[in-house]
Amino acid sequence: MYPAQFDYRRAGSVDEALSLLQENEDAKLMAGGHSLIPMMKLRLAQPPVVIDIGRLNELKGISEAGGSVRVGSLTTHADIAASDVLAAHCPVLAEAAGHIGDAQVRNRGTIGGNIAHADPGSDIPPVLVLLGASVHLQSPSGTRSVAAGDFFQDLLMTDVGEDEILTHVEAPALGAGTGAAYLKFEHPASGYAVVGAAAAVTVQGGRCTGAGLVVGGVSATPTAVDVSSLVGTDLSDDAIAAAASGLDAEDPIGDIFASGDYRVHVGKVYGKRALAAARDRAS
Amino acid sequence: MTVSIQLEVNGKPVQAAVEPRRLLVHFLREDLGLTGANIGCETSLCGACTVLVDGNAVKSCTMLAAQADGASVTTIEGLAQNGDLHPLQEGFWEKHGLQCGYCTPGMILSANYLLAQNPSPNDEEIREGLKGNICRCTGYHNIVEAVKYAAERMS
Amino acid sequence: MARVLGTSIKRREDPALITGRGKYTDDLKAERMAHAAIVRSPYAHARIRDIDTSAAEALPGVLAVLTARDVAAAGIPGVVPVGWLLPDLKTPAHPMIAADTVRHVGDAVAVVVAEDRYLARDAADRVAVDYEPLDAVADVVAALEDGAPAVHEEAPGNVAFDWEIGEREPVDAAFASAAHTVELDLRNNRLIPHAIEPRAVLASFDSSTGEMTIHMTSQNPHVHRLLMTLASLGMPEHKVRIVAPEVGGGFGSKIHHYADEAIVGLCSMKLDRPVKWTATRTETNLTDAHGRDHSTHCALALDADGRITGLRVDTAAAMGAYLSTFAPAVPTYLYGTLLSGQYDIPAIHCHVTGVFTHTAPVDAYRGAGRPEATYVVERLLHLAGEATGLGPVEVRRRNFVSPDAFPYQTQVALAYDSGNYGPAMDRALEMVGYDDLRSQQAARRDNGGKQIGIGFSSYIEACGLAPSAVVGSLGAQAGQWESADVRVHPTASVTVYTGSSSHGQGHETTFSQIVADRLGIDPEAVEVIHGDTDLVQFGMGTYGSRSAAVGGSAIVKSVEKIIEKGKKIAAHLLEASAEDLEYEDGSFRVAGSPDRALALGDVALQAYLAHNYPDDLEPGLSATSFYDPANFTYPFGTHVCVVEVDTETGSIDLLRYAAVDDVGNVINPMIVDGQLHGGLAQGIGQALWENAVYDDSGQLVSGSLMDYAVPKIHNLIPFELDRTTTPCPHNPLGVKGVGEAGAIASPAAVVNAVVDALAPFGISHIDMPLTPEKVWRAVNS
Repeated sequence: MYPAQFDYRRAGSVDEALSLLQENEDAKLMAGGHSLIPMMKLRLAQPPVVIDIGRLNELKGISEAGGSVRVGSLTTHADIAASDVLAAHCPVLAEAAGHIGDAQVRNRGTIGGNIAHADPGSDIPPVLVLLGASVHLQSPSGTRSVAAGDFFQDLLMTDVGEDEILTHVEAPALGAGTGAAYLKFEHPASGYAVVGAAAAVTVQGGRCTGAGLVVGGVSATPTAVDVSSLVGTDLSDDAIAAAASGLDAEDPIGDIFASGDYRVHVGKVYGKRALAAARDRAS
Repeated sequence: MTVSIQLEVNGKPVQAAVEPRRLLVHFLREDLGLTGANIGCETSLCGACTVLVDGNAVKSCTMLAAQADGASVTTIEGLAQNGDLHPLQEGFWEKHGLQCGYCTPGMILSANYLLAQNPSPNDEEIREGLKGNICRCTGYHNIVEAVKYAAERMS
Repeated sequence: MARVLGTSIKRREDPALITGRGKYTDDLKAERMAHAAIVRSPYAHARIRDIDTSAAEALPGVLAVLTARDVAAAGIPGVVPVGWLLPDLKTPAHPMIAADTVRHVGDAVAVVVAEDRYLARDAADRVAVDYEPLDAVADVVAALEDGAPAVHEEAPGNVAFDWEIGEREPVDAAFASAAHTVELDLRNNRLIPHAIEPRAVLASFDSSTGEMTIHMTSQNPHVHRLLMTLASLGMPEHKVRIVAPEVGGGFGSKIHHYADEAIVGLCSMKLDRPVKWTATRTETNLTDAHGRDHSTHCALALDADGRITGLRVDTAAAMGAYLSTFAPAVPTYLYGTLLSGQYDIPAIHCHVTGVFTHTAPVDAYRGAGRPEATYVVERLLHLAGEATGLGPVEVRRRNFVSPDAFPYQTQVALAYDSGNYGPAMDRALEMVGYDDLRSQQAARRDNGGKQIGIGFSSYIEACGLAPSAVVGSLGAQAGQWESADVRVHPTASVTVYTGSSSHGQGHETTFSQIVADRLGIDPEAVEVIHGDTDLVQFGMGTYGSRSAAVGGSAIVKSVEKIIEKGKKIAAHLLEASAEDLEYEDGSFRVAGSPDRALALGDVALQAYLAHNYPDDLEPGLSATSFYDPANFTYPFGTHVCVVEVDTETGSIDLLRYAAVDDVGNVINPMIVDGQLHGGLAQGIGQALWENAVYDDSGQLVSGSLMDYAVPKIHNLIPFELDRTTTPCPHNPLGVKGVGEAGAIASPAAVVNAVVDALAPFGISHIDMPLTPEKVWRAVNS
């Protein structure tokens, strides 16, 4: 309940944050603090220096341009869930953000902090992987972007370098004829996703022209399911069930609430249901 | 080291120098004597410490006092205006929405935020909106009634 | 005068609590207050080789670091005692601070006191303890196996006690001649109470007076004072004052005397300044006494007509690493004695083994033994309904104790004083629309997909603890009466000092209603004082659904004494005979002469003036009573739960929950319903989500709210409540108690509903909590 001592630096700009990161070894960036402070309270994290980037307005906000949506890393889950821009162009991201934790957590937690923490039970990562989103990073040597599918590397491990700040994510807007859905099997204690299934299908002329399914909670990182068998079909329940049953996880994670085997099973069921929901939204 | 902070708490300006690690809930409870916000867990789940920061419900156990620099904070002590109970306070009293009372300040402030977002929530929306607050006494039945009571009074 | 009893008047407790002005223990501050942090064992079982406190002591702001050596040096008893003895009970010592061996994760090994709570935690991290880890056993069944690691040398085989009730031979005979038998192996899952306020204590010793005031999270301050002074700190009882300020829920967990509170008292004595300690959620979950944790084999024999002929129960009940305050009573006298349920069972035998494990102690938690008994009986009745073909309703009806059979002597010691079980069942069926539900269920079964199940629990409980001589003969080291001092002031307002100790139940409101009703005055004219050993004469506290039945009855007794005395004063003033006076609506009147009357205030004033006063009467108008009940009370009811089970994932949704309870007369219906709601949530929580899980090494893996699922608002539904009223015949209020009913009845109702939904899959039992994975595995096995 009582974090260990640390030095506190408040960054006034991204550049200042980057230089503070360089000056302070093992420093931790804090956005909303909703991943870091809980760890610090249990003294599972004891950073010597915390760099508060919570006031960097340049990293906040949601916009759409040229067929893609851009979400600043300091945008809160509440703002994402309530975003008109996302409702119009990428509602599944807002849907997933609305499932995170609870109202209070969504008011402080940010998308950047969330994905940088990379909890396997988080709601956002499978959606970003589904959308083919890119994660944008800035360091003293410049900027780069990495595909969401490559960003999540392992349990609580991402591609963010020690000298980098996550600035924003970008995702293609969902086109006409595309429906997407995020379905969550919630842990009754933590509120995290035991399984979170993100699905999208595109339907043209009654036929599926594209489909995707990514399941979170089953493995250390979001698990993409090959559902290409749906392309060309009319997305019958049977076809969807068969496609979702392709979920495979080599080393599924488990806990006292849900074993790895069970998570894989639920991943298939929720994958099926998410695909069906996406289909219903596409038409 | 300490951090100088200036904020507004229940409408009054507050200045302090705090240790960076000091949680907002401890700052409110121990430094300002506002003990209405309670601590019931250490995993940001029980919601007993909920206060409003710039109008948003937040868990004051998961925020550094330093992060609240410049903010406007409302605690349960600041909810009643001119001695009149807030309709939510009335609702919890009227509908027996509390027993031991420990979760109540946080519950009321979360409900306050909910009603600000959605002035006439249905039962399901109330239950969804308050899922970040745990009550071990009431089984929540009367908490839902209390929020409905307040929503009607406020509309 | 408006009716006060039976009226839902708003709680007087609430204005402070809804404005943040209520003061809980951690809200209190004292001059020169220091903060304690307790260093705890990370091992379930280990030998302590050495403790190095130097790094902690070197930290600026650290005032003291104490270990078992300091307890010994203080020359105090230094132990945490057990308060209920059974024959041949093994009672290994429970030291306040572990000296050479730790026996569960969280066992205290040292304490740090510092100027600030953050600093105290910093220093606690610097206490270096050299442990030699030893094998541990956390599971109640594994602890009984040959070669299991021993928790205490004094308890071979980890057996704390062997206890039985009822007679074995008639039960064997019943099974030998039974037309139907059903049997079950079940686990009653271990629970962590999770009062939302963690335990806390502020101990303030003053060497100039030799007095110590302890503010703490207590359900029974006098009991805590007794145990704290006698067994732990060795202080004279009259030099210690214990105050329970606002207490944020207890559910049993704040009955017990814990090492931590005593340790903080010792710190205050050593430093001669106030010391506060507030448990973190992690600490309180590691050290609060847990609940339940039984492994049981049980079986029921029935004749060809579906009448029960015998019940056999064998239970291993976890005690944890040490015997907590009332621990031995819970799986014995609060469990075995309840196994007749609502049924006329001619032969019952129950054997219980109390088992030491390397875990937190287990003690009373809401319901305490009675939920476990109800679960056994009501799960078996469900199976009996299936085996006999009678179904859950008829098999219960056929075996209910007949309404004309009361008082009814069970085969397990208790004598039920009153009851009428059929009408509660009838009403519950009516509320849920039972026949229609069965039709819906049949349709679902035909169509596949999500299945509906309907589960029953017809429960009995024994509460209003309890006749002192009876519990004394059973091993209690305390009486179970309750006290009340009622003082009528000269202006006819009243202060009640009650030994009950509210921690959310609304005693101040309810008790004021009792006094107002009996004295015919406004409830606002009654103040209720509780939870302070310096103010209250003596009290046993609040637990076991006893406050209204026992504490309330004590108040009535005092009020009756006051009226009797008032009559003598009024008779003197009215120049009448006391025998001719009656008291009604706040006035003493001469029977048959309505204009010859004196208001309570006139009499009260004269009682204090004593100017014109009977010669043989003492001045003043107050009375103290110690009410010792004649029997337990026996609330009962039938609960019906309706669930929907997603057989594809095993997820369960609650659809309906209807409860018809008979808690006797009701003082404040709003408060009574609130008690039921809370109990239901906890019982449903046990059935569906809650589970204290230790791994094989004795680590508590569900130690935080991240893993231990207490019911949340979006997972519960509105409850449908109704009542029947069969007043308790032996207490003056006719009340029985309601605090635990919901938690006692509901686990069986929920599990029976789920099993009912899954009947087409041939499933007869799933252990609680019914997690989706367990349900899914059962469906697919």
